[in-house]
Amino acid sequence: MKTERDSNPLLLMSGVQKRFGGVVALGGVDLEVRRGEVHALLGENGAGKSTLMKVLSGAHAPDAGECSLDGAPYAPSGPQDALERGVAMIYQELNLAPELTVAQNVLLGREPRGALGWIQADEVQARVASALEALGAEELQPDTLVRDLGPGQRQLVEIARALVEDAQLIVLDEPTSSLSQGDTRRLFEVVKRLTGEGVAVIYISHFLEEVQEIGDRFTVLRDGETVGAGVVRETSLEELVALMAGRSLDEFFPKVPHEPGEVILELEALAGEPLPREASLSLRRGEVLGIAGLVGAGRTELLRALFALEPVRSGEVKLNGAVSPARSPRERLDEGVGLLSEDRKGEGLALDLDLATNATLSHMTPFSRGGWIQPSERRAAVERWIERLGIRCTGPEQRAGDLSGGNQQKAALARLLHHDVDVLLLDEPTRGVDVGAKVEVYRVIGELAAAGKAVLVVSSYLPELFGICDRIAVMHRGVLGPARPVDERTEEEVMSEATRGFKEEVA
Amino acid sequence: MPKRFMSLIGPFIGLILVIVLFGALEPAFLSTRNLMTVAIQTVIVGLGAIGMTFVIVSGGIDLSIGSVIALSSVVTALCVRAGLSPATSVAIGVAAGGMCGALNGWLVTRLSIVPFIVTLGMMGIARGVAKWLSAEQTVTPSPEASEALASLATKTATSPGIWITIALAVAMALVLKRTVFGTYTYALGSNEDTARLCGVPVERTKVWIYTLCGLFGGLGGVMTFARLSVGDPTTAIGKELDVIAAVVIGGASLAGGKGSILGSMVGALLMAALANGCNLTGVPNFVQEILIGAIIVAAVAVDRVRAARA
Repeated sequence: MKTERDSNPLLLMSGVQKRFGGVVALGGVDLEVRRGEVHALLGENGAGKSTLMKVLSGAHAPDAGECSLDGAPYAPSGPQDALERGVAMIYQELNLAPELTVAQNVLLGREPRGALGWIQADEVQARVASALEALGAEELQPDTLVRDLGPGQRQLVEIARALVEDAQLIVLDEPTSSLSQGDTRRLFEVVKRLTGEGVAVIYISHFLEEVQEIGDRFTVLRDGETVGAGVVRETSLEELVALMAGRSLDEFFPKVPHEPGEVILELEALAGEPLPREASLSLRRGEVLGIAGLVGAGRTELLRALFALEPVRSGEVKLNGAVSPARSPRERLDEGVGLLSEDRKGEGLALDLDLATNATLSHMTPFSRGGWIQPSERRAAVERWIERLGIRCTGPEQRAGDLSGGNQQKAALARLLHHDVDVLLLDEPTRGVDVGAKVEVYRVIGELAAAGKAVLVVSSYLPELFGICDRIAVMHRGVLGPARPVDERTEEEVMSEATRGFKEEVA
Repeated sequence: MPKRFMSLIGPFIGLILVIVLFGALEPAFLSTRNLMTVAIQTVIVGLGAIGMTFVIVSGGIDLSIGSVIALSSVVTALCVRAGLSPATSVAIGVAAGGMCGALNGWLVTRLSIVPFIVTLGMMGIARGVAKWLSAEQTVTPSPEASEALASLATKTATSPGIWITIALAVAMALVLKRTVFGTYTYALGSNEDTARLCGVPVERTKVWIYTLCGLFGGLGGVMTFARLSVGDPTTAIGKELDVIAAVVIGGASLAGGKGSILGSMVGALLMAALANGCNLTGVPNFVQEILIGAIIVAAVAVDRVRAARA
């Protein structure tokens, strides 16, 4: 099916460099994207993907290197110019106006106007309908408010917006990170449809399994340089990981030996408002217990109810054998229970504040006297965590929002370590985190268990749970099933419990 | 560290520019006597801006401070007229402001009403109470009774009002930067959910922040009385906007999480110097208003541009 035209790349970037002050963000990137392909752009956070995409969208001008689009030199002056050349970016954080309709969002800024500047309603209808049809998303009503749509549908609206502009190249940045499995499948169909019509898609994702499924060719960036490129089908997962991280998959889940000790946390039929409906478990010191389940099953709500961030309707929480009805996160923290939020940017960190404040906000007593902070002591404390967790930063004063995703997560984790909690509730601890940082988070979890801490991990990524947990329990529609040792479980069985519920316990 | 001072450069340059400009136009502007006048004119907005910095850094706003100043000036005047000692009168005047602030904080946290609305309500309530207590007239104690407090606002280099303001600004700058309470204030303004997650006592901290702002409004009222020797229920109308402007010119963000006492003080000085310079050079009042308006917008715009480049 390939025609002559297809052999010429649509987008060609070679030797692209970009530095910010003394920091080299891109040290020489080559990227070749062909028409009608899904080109996976891989790399850890901080590898230069975002900077490269900003060059592509015209937000940054490169310092050196060549870019051409469709054979012509390509140097967009900004995102609008890029869009006019046919390059559309769809970011993780979607840029939609929730109070406007689907049609208004799709045509925002380029409404067809009549003589007096009035918007031509029938023209709007026609153009939006044709864009939605091209996506195979006819079920989306143009006059629905975007606020009423789920994340998957919102993404379709964004893509429709690109199509209206006749985009030839669409960049999807972590498109599935907030999508359910159903929505992800749907997105894949849309992507296949688009590439079938000759549109090129650059697909950025941390989920290598997805890349293997949807990607045609790939380019791997590391430290701002292209370190590999090839055909996805001919490359193994191990090879991709090795290229990205410079390490092999065997080292992916570092095993730190740990031995379960006495029971520290017990839940007896804990129920929240409205989720979870019923959760019982017991967690030992020196143990990592994983909670699997579908998004919306109530796993996050369980952790939040346990941490007293959400109300508890009934049931009991026992710590060290004693019932503890804590009413606030403060009381839980004082009891030695800490929560890592799944929403790192919205809740986990105060992005405008520095790393030092973020890492120590819950526990400033070690370096304060009568409410007065001793800056040098705080600095020393934070530097220890920077060192221990390998946080890449310019120092304790760096703004948390300027750290990469992986380093932000380490900063949030540093807070629990600094607080020296005994029970760690980790909600999606590696979401949106690059491979290198993932490995370090796994290592830290293992070390914590070895040091006698108890860890409860919620994750939607099964290989991760199997890689780091001692036992796994599954939550289904608000009910937590029994926790069983990892060696007695299979991924298939866990998926089946997550989707269909639990088999009757065999007596 | 240098980054923190970077954000103060804009207002500083503005202040120096204003001083140089008016100094060139009218040498009398730079006379010690006139600079003292500028300093004294800064005192009330400056005191208010200290409290307001905490509120704005925490992500809130206090629109009631002008009315609180008026209420406190009336309360102080009534105390003086009733023959209470100067110290007692000051304490009661400041406490009246603190009560308004505490009520603001309590309403914001207990009823979960946004600070804009709560303090808009308090703006009316405090003003009304001031008029009620004073029977809608200025409260004028005898000159002998007012004398002790009037000395707070003398126009000399030893004017206690100025030194009290400077001392409090330094103390509160340290509190904001170097205490757990100050850190909580920044955390609340930067991300309240994070603060909650970290066990920051969100409600209690907010009540303290608004109380603090009320106390500084109360002190501003005492200073107003010291200057005028009367308690005037219609004084300081619109002052809340000057105070907020000083804080914003000083680099604070109304979204919270950003701001400093030093910046707010520079902002307050800048506005006072501008007003004074315009008066001296005979620039009409309306030009002053236009200039101050333009400076507020320019200050925030400069901050934006710098943030975008960083």
